[in-house]
Amino acid sequence: MSMYLEMIRVRFLMMLAYRTNYYSGILIYSINIGAYYFLWSAIYGGKEEIQGLSVAQMTTYVAVAWMARAFYYNNIDREIAAEIKDGKVAIEMIRPYNYLGMKTMQALGEGVFRLLFFSVPGMIIVALIFPVRFDANFTTWIFFFISLIFSFIVNTYINLLTGIMTFFLFNNSGLIRAKRVVIDLFSGLLLPISFYPDWAQNLMSYLPFQAISYVPSMIFTEGFTGEEIYHALLSQAVWVVILLIPIRLLWSQAKKHLIVQGG
Amino acid sequence: MNVIEVQNLRKEFNSYTSRPGLAGAFRDLFTRNYKVHAAVDNISLTVKQGEMVGYIGENGAGKSTTIKMLTGILTPTSGSIMVNGMNPHKQREEFVRTIGVVFGQRSQLWWDIAVQESFRLLKKVYRVSDEDYNRHMGHVIETLEIGPLLDKPVRKLSLGQRMRCELAAALVHNPPLLFLDEPTIGLDVLVKLKIRKFLQEINEQYKTTILLTTHDLTDIEALCERVVLLDEGKIIYDGKLNQLQEHAVEGKQIEFEFLSEVPRSSLPRVENIQWEQKDATTWLGYINGDEQMVSRLISDVVQRNPIKNVRINEVSTEEIVRKIYEEGMALT
Repeated sequence: MSMYLEMIRVRFLMMLAYRTNYYSGILIYSINIGAYYFLWSAIYGGKEEIQGLSVAQMTTYVAVAWMARAFYYNNIDREIAAEIKDGKVAIEMIRPYNYLGMKTMQALGEGVFRLLFFSVPGMIIVALIFPVRFDANFTTWIFFFISLIFSFIVNTYINLLTGIMTFFLFNNSGLIRAKRVVIDLFSGLLLPISFYPDWAQNLMSYLPFQAISYVPSMIFTEGFTGEEIYHALLSQAVWVVILLIPIRLLWSQAKKHLIVQGG
Repeated sequence: MNVIEVQNLRKEFNSYTSRPGLAGAFRDLFTRNYKVHAAVDNISLTVKQGEMVGYIGENGAGKSTTIKMLTGILTPTSGSIMVNGMNPHKQREEFVRTIGVVFGQRSQLWWDIAVQESFRLLKKVYRVSDEDYNRHMGHVIETLEIGPLLDKPVRKLSLGQRMRCELAAALVHNPPLLFLDEPTIGLDVLVKLKIRKFLQEINEQYKTTILLTTHDLTDIEALCERVVLLDEGKIIYDGKLNQLQEHAVEGKQIEFEFLSEVPRSSLPRVENIQWEQKDATTWLGYINGDEQMVSRLISDVVQRNPIKNVRINEVSTEEIVRKIYEEGMALT
């Protein structure tokens, strides 16, 4: 266990090694939130609410969705792909740990770093400029954080799956890019799921993507209430379990398939 | 005790060949020509504890593939492997605790963080106690002279500095078996000497078994008594290095440098000697036969011709290996 904690620490150090990335990240996220804020205020015009969300809720939804993204978002799919492509995965195989477990811990290290040093200060800046409401009650915060942890796990699992695919495809940068767009679109980051047409909502309820962004944001903005919250958390938990199966299967295949490229 | 036991080990790779031209590329989209190629072809090998074995061969002879199978990275196509009493691929996590690996061509340190952070992480990964770590690594760091490098990020180190740190990183858990895949590639003579001396030391002190691949045969000469020679996936020689020298090259080479130009006719005509002209005033004589011939030949030549320099050349391992690859192995 202590080696996993150590890995999180190392990831912190690595994030700190690149300070410019860190500062520009805060700026980019703030700009994104600003752009969506103005876009949504224009769409709302004089209307009180659309699809059950008021303007204030919508603004909060956008801000929370982007700040949550800073936590669950990671590049381990691209890292795994790069490590396979340049043969670094060979080094990982001679270590007495589970490669995927270690990758997950690195992602967590990155996530916690961004949550503390990126989302929190970012949120303060955003709250000063835009009318974002943080007056959610204590239980909502608790549910939100539980949901956020699930969304991290689901997103990381999807990244692991995409990364492992490199073992079979050798070059999957296209797949990785496609996955990113699909997640941004279908997770409810760009547009809340309730805004999609019914047939699309129906389809998406069978996909794991809304567990990533839509659920935590809706919980925080109190778009979900009572029963709905438990239902949403349960669906997230179900996806956490279901996604483990293809990861296990693909990984055991991948290890047999491993060809260390170059050298 | 055998540290490594390998029987009839074989590794095949499927490779495909691309058809030429645009039409060929389109055909490749649907069907591809696959070709099975055995990188390692039925090799058997045993290594005892405390041995230092040089594993040599041309590029693509299958050295790295063998090492990757021995370390559990690759699954063999067929054959059996027992290393440290375990099957490397089946018991991977338990097994890799008992080995250390250095790949000369890839870094196993974390690129962006200080060397000591990598060591600290490895210490945790291999569950080394503080006490063991301080005692053992203190010594390693001192011998490899990497103390001043510890707080620098790996990307700022020179190749020689990095290689020494890599070696130290592979030894954090003081493994009884060490695989070194081209550890001295691209290093200058001083660093090479330092690394060799260090390897000899840990071999003596801890009875660490070392399997070494390299293209620099002086490494092998300095370190290994035993060599295993690999060609196209097969072992063509496995035995003592000096025996290889004795058997593979018959006789000696004597270089005569004369004061003036000397024609072939003024050199002694003896059955067992072959002459080869190096330049106008230098001739090389190859002697097949007993040691006596050498002194007789020298006195013969020196009496007849004014001489500037005479040199008896010991044939280097490099030359032996070159000869083996070009002409095939003489002994079986």
